[in-house]
Amino acid sequence: MTILYQGLIDGVLTGAVYALMAAGLTLIFGVMDIINIAQGVFVVLAAYLSYVLAAHFGVDLFVGILITMPALFLLGIAVDWAFIRRLPATDRTTMSILVTYAVAIVVEGVLTVIFGVNYVQLHGWYVTKSIHLLGFYLPYIYVFGCGMAVLLMAAIYLMLYQTRFGRSIRASLQNRPAARLVGINVDRVATLTFGIGVAVTAAGGMVFGATTAFNPNSGYDLISRLLSIVILGGLGSMAGAMVAAISMLMVEDVVASVWSPLWSEVVFFAALVVVLTLRPQGLFGRSFSRAQ
Amino acid sequence: MSRRGLIKPGLIALALLAFVLFPFVFSNPTYTTIAVFTLIYMTSTTAWNGFAGYSGYIPLGHAAFFGTGAYTFAVIAQHDHLGAGYGMFGLIPLSGLVAGLVAIPVGLVALRTRRHTFVVITIAIFFLFQLVATNLGITGGSSGLQVASPTWPGATYNDPFYFVALGLLILAVAASWTIRRSRFGLQLLAIRDDEARARGLGVRVGRVKLTAFVISAIPIGMAGAVYAYFVGQVFPQFVFDPLFDLSIALMAFFGGLGTVWGPLLGGILLEPLQQYLTFSYSVGDLYLIIYGVIFLVVILLLPLGIVPSVSNLLTRRRSGRGRASPPGMAAIGGDGDARAGLVAQSGTTP
Amino acid sequence: MTALIEVEGVSKAFGGLQALNLCSLTVETGTVAGLIGPNGSGKTTLFNVMTGYERVRQGTVRFKGDSITNATPDRVFKLGIGRTFQLTRIFPRLTAMENMLIATQHREGWLGSVFRTAASLGPERDRAMELLQFVGIAALANQPAGILSYGQRKLLELAYVLVADPDVLLLDEPAGGVNPSLINHLAEKIRELNAQGKTFLVVEHNMEFVMGICDSLTVMNQGAAIVTGTPAEVQANPQVLDAYLGGADEEEGD
Repeated sequence: MTILYQGLIDGVLTGAVYALMAAGLTLIFGVMDIINIAQGVFVVLAAYLSYVLAAHFGVDLFVGILITMPALFLLGIAVDWAFIRRLPATDRTTMSILVTYAVAIVVEGVLTVIFGVNYVQLHGWYVTKSIHLLGFYLPYIYVFGCGMAVLLMAAIYLMLYQTRFGRSIRASLQNRPAARLVGINVDRVATLTFGIGVAVTAAGGMVFGATTAFNPNSGYDLISRLLSIVILGGLGSMAGAMVAAISMLMVEDVVASVWSPLWSEVVFFAALVVVLTLRPQGLFGRSFSRAQ
Repeated sequence: MSRRGLIKPGLIALALLAFVLFPFVFSNPTYTTIAVFTLIYMTSTTAWNGFAGYSGYIPLGHAAFFGTGAYTFAVIAQHDHLGAGYGMFGLIPLSGLVAGLVAIPVGLVALRTRRHTFVVITIAIFFLFQLVATNLGITGGSSGLQVASPTWPGATYNDPFYFVALGLLILAVAASWTIRRSRFGLQLLAIRDDEARARGLGVRVGRVKLTAFVISAIPIGMAGAVYAYFVGQVFPQFVFDPLFDLSIALMAFFGGLGTVWGPLLGGILLEPLQQYLTFSYSVGDLYLIIYGVIFLVVILLLPLGIVPSVSNLLTRRRSGRGRASPPGMAAIGGDGDARAGLVAQSGTTP
Repeated sequence: MTALIEVEGVSKAFGGLQALNLCSLTVETGTVAGLIGPNGSGKTTLFNVMTGYERVRQGTVRFKGDSITNATPDRVFKLGIGRTFQLTRIFPRLTAMENMLIATQHREGWLGSVFRTAASLGPERDRAMELLQFVGIAALANQPAGILSYGQRKLLELAYVLVADPDVLLLDEPAGGVNPSLINHLAEKIRELNAQGKTFLVVEHNMEFVMGICDSLTVMNQGAAIVTGTPAEVQANPQVLDAYLGGADEEEGD
């Protein structure tokens, strides 16, 4: 039984981190109708940045986020300006998938050239030590990571609901032409949203890098999980992404602990397939109208 | 009209001849190896285009069918008494069939969603396949499977593979062309333009999409089988390779998505390039970067691809000035456009 | 004269907006009926409900006495109700002829279509061509529909809903955004088809057009039908003016 609970707790903790990264992805879609396939490789990039800061400059991983997050924010803005803005108007969402996939490959290529294909992992005292609480082992990194993810998600939530900029985002999310009509610079909102959506990968990337050995190729696995999560939650729904992330990770960790780590990943995708067969729009997505 | 009508079949016949003669003229195994891979990719991108280009739904997980075909071949080939030789080629259609059957449930799940979600689902399902192949015993897990290679003389070893692959390509092109000219193809194109309206007019949208999806999986499965036999070993990460999906998509976009000849052009130009990049040490590490950049350039700058762009150019040149009739008045009762007759040729609309 | 279409007590809300409010309407066989009203009165929504593009939980729609409430659009089309859209919905990358052929295909079995080449559709092509000639765009038969002008697209849309030989046509703003000579041409075609026995329900803002061809008019306001009668009767009715301008105590009808 303890194994089961341990799995559940691990799932919640790691789920929160995935929730953060998925929230970024779904926010981008909600505001821009763009699916950012490069989100996975950005996580890996962020992990490498944390690595460089730690290994070459001795910067603590958590402190390093103060640098990597703005860096990734700027990267997001650059990508938006260079590629997303130039997307053709027709089939924009589908095209965005192809374009961001291409960007992901380029980034992966650059990382391969710089860092090679060997696996790396981030180090810190909190990676190897755990809290021993009520008979469960909670690695500090999970706990801190979860805490950080929750803080950031709360920050995003506050921004969305308490600031004027956040209102602009929500307006653009719900009705872009109307938002334009009331004077919101929708394009600028979009660019900044993209930046924010990418910036969250900095935090996620650090935790990911500290808990898993990674190399440039790790982006694929990440993006397939993130995509599964956002689709499961319903594209564009932040609440959905969070619920889906935590649920999926919980299921996966339980399966890994109780049954076998090999099959836990399969369960992840299988769950997606099952849910979509029953509810194609995801948990919180809008159902398709006939008039489309 | 009859003279213009002969140009196209004439070119095709010539191209066919060139393909058939190729391994005899360029008999160096390096070239024929590249040629076999090129044919495999050309087949795959043509089949993929038969669904993606005509329906407007872009699947990025068809590598799942390539891998299914490859593994079907490899798993059956594990039985010793089958030996190795020409007979093994008989397993190829079977592999294609298995891929097609597998495509049915995949299609049923994936096609329930909207276009952009569809792309993502196909990616997720693809990774599911990769995971299963890596973990399952019968597929040899992460070490993959070996396929006994035939004992043909080294100098002409590649040739049987070449001709089988060529045959497969011809099959795929014939299928693509037939669909394009059929009523079925028309329905797919209508779905591409306005699915809801097509449904409202009575097109059986669900069945049409699923059929096209399954049809597209079969040649790709067969291509996977050819690959398995040719290479002699099947590793999950090579036959379930996300770059395969991107390559065939890129080839189709590059040449012209939705046209019959576009993907062929894309394949024949890009695959040798890909082979060169993979094996050339000086630029080997930059392979991913170069590939990604090409992709970006094509998507952003040449969204229609080569074939339609060229075809539009030729069309405009032929009709003298720009487009057909001016708005409103002129069209009714046809001051019409005498030029309309010139441009018209069913099957060339991109 | 029997009622071809009967709409009774239909209500439809989108979130907080009540688009249709116990709306009732009758279309008599063989007439050209008009549906007018200020913007936002629910005309297009009513069309959508009648043709299956929107579902309703309240009210019924009957065609020739049988209920077609919440039937799917393709079933409605097959039963003999054709419908055009305000923003023309054609297939831009297909030629005009091919657009027509999509509408004809519903007559055959699905599997058959896989093997039928476009070339073998002789009689259907002929009929399609006939209709293209009827509306006047036959010369554009082999042009991609996307290059057609707005007015030409409306004619194409009319042509292809005619392909199925419907008993009744619902036209959503057929004269909208179209030049005057084309409007006359359109009116002429409607009269011709009506003489052949087809029934029409036309939504329009162009009063001249509507007064010219309609046998009866129904005025909608705020989701309900408020007045029905001949064009002359409707013109004289003070309620209609109120609806368009908004009464003194009501908010401006948008």
